[in-house]
Amino acid sequence: MNGSYRPTWGWTKMLEINNLVVAYGGIQALKGINLTVEPGKIVALIGANGAGKSTTLKSIVGLVKPVSGSISYEGKDLLKVPTKDMVRTGITLVPEGRKIFPDLTVLENLKIGAYCRNDTKEIEKDRDWVYELFPILKERNWQLAGTLSGGEQQMLAVGRSLMSRPKLLMMDEPSLGLAPLIVKNIFSIIKEIHSQGVTILLIEQNANVSLKIADKGYVIETGMIKLEGSGQELLVNEEVKKAYLGEAH
Amino acid sequence: MSFDLFMQYLTNGISLGSLYALIAIGYTMVYGILRLINFAHGEIFMMSLYFAFYGIAIFSLPWYMTFLVAVLVTAALGMLVERAAYKPLRHSPRITIMVSAIGASFFLQNLAVVIFGGRPKAFPTVPMFTKVIRIGNISLQALTLYIPVATIILLIGLHFLIQKTKTGLGMRAVSKDHDTARLMGVNVNKTITVTFAIGSILAAFGGIMWGMKFPQIVPTMGLIPGLKCFIAAVVGGIGNISGAVLGGFILGVGEIMLIAFLPGLTGYRDAFAFVLLIVILLVKPTGLLGEKTAEKV
Repeated sequence: MNGSYRPTWGWTKMLEINNLVVAYGGIQALKGINLTVEPGKIVALIGANGAGKSTTLKSIVGLVKPVSGSISYEGKDLLKVPTKDMVRTGITLVPEGRKIFPDLTVLENLKIGAYCRNDTKEIEKDRDWVYELFPILKERNWQLAGTLSGGEQQMLAVGRSLMSRPKLLMMDEPSLGLAPLIVKNIFSIIKEIHSQGVTILLIEQNANVSLKIADKGYVIETGMIKLEGSGQELLVNEEVKKAYLGEAH
Repeated sequence: MSFDLFMQYLTNGISLGSLYALIAIGYTMVYGILRLINFAHGEIFMMSLYFAFYGIAIFSLPWYMTFLVAVLVTAALGMLVERAAYKPLRHSPRITIMVSAIGASFFLQNLAVVIFGGRPKAFPTVPMFTKVIRIGNISLQALTLYIPVATIILLIGLHFLIQKTKTGLGMRAVSKDHDTARLMGVNVNKTITVTFAIGSILAAFGGIMWGMKFPQIVPTMGLIPGLKCFIAAVVGGIGNISGAVLGGFILGVGEIMLIAFLPGLTGYRDAFAFVLLIVILLVKPTGLLGEKTAEKV
């Protein structure tokens, strides 16, 4: 359906983070993490509140400046790319707390997702695809985004990010504050987006649902990567079970 | 008061209100996008009058050329003020930027004294605008009718720009959330520059028409209209463009009606705006059309 959503096979590593250190006023939020995302994969970064998950994403898109370390994307030094040009490289972030524009209509929110593009016809195609993924957004086309429910706002945030035709879609806690049924819905759509060839980096506190769809998972604790492995490995890992899956022994 | 006389006052009030509205939009747009009161806006208005004055008096350009050049130079000045006084402080506390705005205001005022001289100058009038026309028993300067018409055209243009263009979409996004707008690929700095340019262009249009209505210019003349239009923006709900327009008209019509019905209070015409401000702040602090959450988190 969307032929242009093809994985970039040219690089075995699409995104590579090396020894990333980030500090907020002297306190280290990230203490040298390493993380790689291969093209065409779903990668999940799980961890508790304050472990450094959001900071990792924010440094990738340039909203936070790291103290040291490197981030490269398709062989380019990403630290040299300003935030406003990030979307042009093919990276989009669905920010924590959705951050939709409440005073803009649903349609305008989608339009601003395609702000860096000028191919009107193709933009319309992508908008129709988003409407196909989230029919409720089509119904609410002219409504102000602020009037949507939490789940609908999350759908809009995901839809908006798709409007830039991302190669790498990053999501900061898409399940936060949503009812289980809606979480299930959102995650099935994440899989659908992935099947179109979009690489996904997912950040979640909800380890269970995210590791189930992930090819690879990382567990972050107080600014350090504690564990990494395939989604399946981590799901059955005793430590992960105890700390994140809420299973008693 | 006869009906004719009332209509004459009302037309004058609407005309004055139009000018207030044009200047007030500059305050409200900059506040909307930066949460900053651009105290230098009144001085930008004043400068536009001098630019127009020199265009006609020194370079003897035809009036329409003069006005066009004055508007463009004023836009450049507005962008320059932003670049010099606000952009370097983008990540500073708001109080710092506010002090910088007050500094920019004093700087421009004194710069005007140094360059243009402190003595009042007579703004050159254009006969086409100042001729008196009669409608029934009402006699008015043609300008009094042209001003609201020009204002409406400018407002329609502004509405189109903000609601229908990509630049406008970017402006609306930036006014909500700089970081998320950046993530969408919006060039926030450029958007801020454009906002200052638009605010200054409207102030220049307002200024030039002001100059023809009250044809005397001095470097301190930006102060009171600046304050009044700031009040208009606050009364309407700062950050809201329709609010600024509404506030401008309320202020203009209110001021003229005060003189019309209570001639004894003519000396207090400037006080009207400030009394209105106090009342609004007591009754509805967010302004008539203001957002509920004026504070940016």
